Amino acid sequence: MAGFLLKRLAQAIFVVVVVTLIVSVAVRMTGDPALIVAQGATDITEADLERIREGLGLNEPFLKQYLATLSGLFTWDFGRSFLGGTEVSTLIAGALPATLLLAFSSLLVSIVISIPLGIRAAIRRGKWEDQVIRILSLVGLSFPNFWLATMLVLLFSITLHLLPPSGMTGWATLVMPALTMGVILTATNVRLVRTSMLEVMQSQYVMVARAKGLSERSVLYKHALRNSAIPLITFLGLQFGGLLGGIVVVERVFNWPGMGSLAFDAVAARDYPVLQSVIMILSTLIVMVNLLVDIAYGLIDPRIRTE
Amino acid sequence: MKDLSSPQVLSVEGLSVSFGKSRVIDRLSFSVGKGRTVAVVGESGSGKSVTSLSIMRLADLTGASYDAGRIVLEGEGGEFNLLDLTQDEARKIRGKDIAMIFQEPMTSLNPVYTIGEQIAEILMLHNGLSREAALAEAAKLLSLVRLPDADAMLKRYPHQLSGGMRQRVMIAIAVACRPKLLIADEPTTALDVTIQAQILDILRDLQAEMGMSIIFITHDMGVVAEIADDVVVMWKGEKVEEGPVKRIFAQPEHPYTRSLLSAVPKLGSTEGQDFPYKTPLTVLVDGQPELVGETRVQDTAQTDGAPLLSVRDMSVDFDIKKTWYGRTTHYVPAVSNATLDVYPGETISLVGESGSGKSTIARTVMQLVEPTKGRITFDGRDMAAMNLSERQKLRRDIQYIFQDPFASLNPRQTVGWSVAEPIRTHGLIDNERDTKRRVSELLERVGMPADVAERYPHQFSGGQRQRICIARALAGKPRLIIADEVLSALDVSIQAQVINLFMDLQKEEGIAFLFVSHDMAVVEKISHRVAVLYLGQIVELGSRRQVFENTAHPYTRRLLSAVPNPDPTAKREREPLSGELPSATRRAGDRPATAVYDEIAKGHFVARH
Repeated sequence: MAGFLLKRLAQAIFVVVVVTLIVSVAVRMTGDPALIVAQGATDITEADLERIREGLGLNEPFLKQYLATLSGLFTWDFGRSFLGGTEVSTLIAGALPATLLLAFSSLLVSIVISIPLGIRAAIRRGKWEDQVIRILSLVGLSFPNFWLATMLVLLFSITLHLLPPSGMTGWATLVMPALTMGVILTATNVRLVRTSMLEVMQSQYVMVARAKGLSERSVLYKHALRNSAIPLITFLGLQFGGLLGGIVVVERVFNWPGMGSLAFDAVAARDYPVLQSVIMILSTLIVMVNLLVDIAYGLIDPRIRTE
Repeated sequence: MKDLSSPQVLSVEGLSVSFGKSRVIDRLSFSVGKGRTVAVVGESGSGKSVTSLSIMRLADLTGASYDAGRIVLEGEGGEFNLLDLTQDEARKIRGKDIAMIFQEPMTSLNPVYTIGEQIAEILMLHNGLSREAALAEAAKLLSLVRLPDADAMLKRYPHQLSGGMRQRVMIAIAVACRPKLLIADEPTTALDVTIQAQILDILRDLQAEMGMSIIFITHDMGVVAEIADDVVVMWKGEKVEEGPVKRIFAQPEHPYTRSLLSAVPKLGSTEGQDFPYKTPLTVLVDGQPELVGETRVQDTAQTDGAPLLSVRDMSVDFDIKKTWYGRTTHYVPAVSNATLDVYPGETISLVGESGSGKSTIARTVMQLVEPTKGRITFDGRDMAAMNLSERQKLRRDIQYIFQDPFASLNPRQTVGWSVAEPIRTHGLIDNERDTKRRVSELLERVGMPADVAERYPHQFSGGQRQRICIARALAGKPRLIIADEVLSALDVSIQAQVINLFMDLQKEEGIAFLFVSHDMAVVEKISHRVAVLYLGQIVELGSRRQVFENTAHPYTRRLLSAVPNPDPTAKREREPLSGELPSATRRAGDRPATAVYDEIAKGHFVARH
């Protein structure tokens, strides 16, 4: 197991380096940040622009700039934003917890809904409950996240006045963003749990568990669920990447002050330090979550642990 | 069968069970006396497994309905009908008064829990033991089923155990609460014969010690003769005959029982014969058994000329463990220094237990696995020296038939498409019409009507599918057919038909067979020569008669003595069997000792031991 994790760690570092390298190169091909910084000034000269570039550190060799960004992962010093000059680390310290809160709440919503529903659909296979769950999950899959978010706001904020429409000012504001992301994840996860439970329920050891005289509850939750968890956990790890991508949109709609909002503004402003740092941290996060998934495999399945 | 001297533990009375509209058990009645073993015998589809699941009340959980009849269990407070119980009440009986062992030990245990947990669970449930007490009792149970080092075993996981060990754990779980009745559903079918013999011994001893009754579901008449007191023969959901085991074997009354018994290959049946010979089949015609086919000596082997296939000093290693930079640290020598010839028209069998390397030899000859060293020549040409197109041509001359006829036909293509595939692959016939005609011919050749070509594999039984696979193998006009455990998934009556089909094909087309099997009785019936494998090495090689009648290697003797004899009056003389095959994994560089052979008679080679 230790060797296995070491190997995964090496892969993780490689992934982070490649992703950040691609982003750093790509963002430099999209325009000159000095022009954006100088926006509004009418009598700007090439000499001025050059001074701005000098001040932003853009004249340094690319590799030096890139390594400076990468070292931020260890020193927590990502330089200053081109706009306003705030420390990037300060921006991230504000945005990262908000995003993590939203991401993990969404996952939690999805797990809490999809596991019982998926199991229900599996044990009532072909009956009306199964059909309803399957149709609902298809409906959930078909919602674009921004549309669902808007509908929730219209219903709960504008019509019912139950929840604040945007911002991050307490638990009430978390409900709608988490629900939006969670429902969409749930739609796929329900199907996954259902399929995986169906397969496990056909297995011989489930029959053996029944032959022992165990209650259907023990059979399901003790013997079947843990075995059907592996595909679900794999998928949760993969979903996490998509989740962070989707969060950009949902954060915009709900005006949630997270990494998504930060990245969105940084792209528009060619704010290299912010953009690179945000993406570097998000990709590190995704890689780490998948590392956790690998560890979770070992905890759940002794066949992987003892390999 | 009512044995008045012993009280009944369970009686099944007029039981009818159906799934949806199809009736799978029809008015079945039998009873089980205290401390007796009742074998329920039948082929696939006879309803024997549904019978056991109905007694467990597990059948209704999978969608069965009990249409009529009762299943009466004797309890402390008098008798009661199991079918009247709710599932909640049935749960209190299941695992406590009636327990069950299943066919597949590899999948019967939950992979994510320890052995100890899985045994302790049932003791905590039914006997109300604390976890510590349950684990202590579990260790005792493991010693009872003769698993060594019980305390360490408790902490192990199923994947760390072999099939035989897992089945013993299953037995420990089943007898944990000292049930009155143990149902064993084909408990040894998936195991090697030596392991099967050990499991049967354990069951017999436990029965004597605990005084429990056993219902033993099986298709293997040899096992029935070894373990049963009484026999119930089932056919298409009905009981056709029942009686004490000796009577059933000596004077079978029902035609089906007679045909079943005559189809069972018996070890020693060809004693004194130099060649294998084809025997007539007993088939039921209008409910009456009739002999079909001729008796013919199978003197087809042309051993005076050059061998068709010759394998010299062939070794195949499989890497097991590597360092992170890819250097092999552990490997399994799946085959070591195998030397073997196959002559035209000859059937040579590779026998051995799982892990002996018999299938690896077959796959290497088929070019599915690369040999690590050694030389394979076919028709005098070295395989390693062949170019791609010659190798492709070889895939036509050598055909492979696999064990599982359910998995070896593409479910989305018609049977005709599958049979025609070698013809198309090798471009043997260039137009559709002639291909179709050839496919019809091939299907008829294996005893299938030609019009089945338009149908799909799921519409056929296992035996029919195996015939289709044989037809496909014949499509390329092969000179050598490799048959890898092709009979083991089939019922005995179907086995006998396929054996005869092979013999006919050999007689008419001069095909050589490399026959891979673990079933000694079948091997004796079909082979000209036999190679016995143990841990990747050939330990004995000779003519069928030499190996079976002048057995020289102790492993061959051990293998032969483990085969159950389908004769309940025969005394069991068995070499004491214990333990499992040692692990075959070795460190890199640690080669197994090269076997040295003595030729004790012409063509009879025995490894020094």
